Amino acid sequence: MTVRVLLFASWADALGARSVDLDLAADATAADVLAALRERAGGAALPRPALAVNRSIVPGSTRIASGDEIALIPPVAGG
Amino acid sequence: MRAAIIVRPIDCSALLAEVAATSNGATVLFTGSVRASSDGRAVSGIDYDAYEVMAREELTRIVVEAVERFATSHVVAEHRTGSLALGEISVAIAVGHPHRGPAFDAARYVIEEIKVRLPVWKQELFTDGTRAWVDARLDSRTPVR
Repeated sequence: MTVRVLLFASWADALGARSVDLDLAADATAADVLAALRERAGGAALPRPALAVNRSIVPGSTRIASGDEIALIPPVAGG
Repeated sequence: MRAAIIVRPIDCSALLAEVAATSNGATVLFTGSVRASSDGRAVSGIDYDAYEVMAREELTRIVVEAVERFATSHVVAEHRTGSLALGEISVAIAVGHPHRGPAFDAARYVIEEIKVRLPVWKQELFTDGTRAWVDARLDSRTPVR
């Protein structure tokens, strides 16, 4: 399946886009998404992100479904 | 009770008016603003990035938690996105409560939760022309150019 991942802050800069489309296995997990994005970033030194699925942070074992809203969440720095 | 992620400047008078009630003996306004220095470096401004939909939902959850914990419905919070100049207010929280203790505590709760939970990021612009994303968790900087 193909999923779109939203990117923010340092990760959006590093990958030069606000989102990327990934081709994933049907049984892909959040950890697989993070691994695919790390590969896209090459050797860039980037803060370790979390993954949000449908606007909630999820553990790496969470299965991704087609149509999920997926976002890479670098360490937050609001305020 | 209200929470918003906004682009326009924050109107603190409007926030205070929003939490005003004759039942309140105390009103607390917290604001966070763009500071002129960071780790000894001169700052000229901050660009904020946000996952707006999730940030709005998370800020609403935080405000609801404050309402429940501190027993007042008079809590409003706004966080800005976009480019802010020195001195501009990036976040504001207003709380009205019958008593000062819980009013201070509720405002403190909201800002501390924002700091660790809100999907918002800031990139400091330095007077030397460089910029860096703030990594609050590591308290270090990720240089990007």
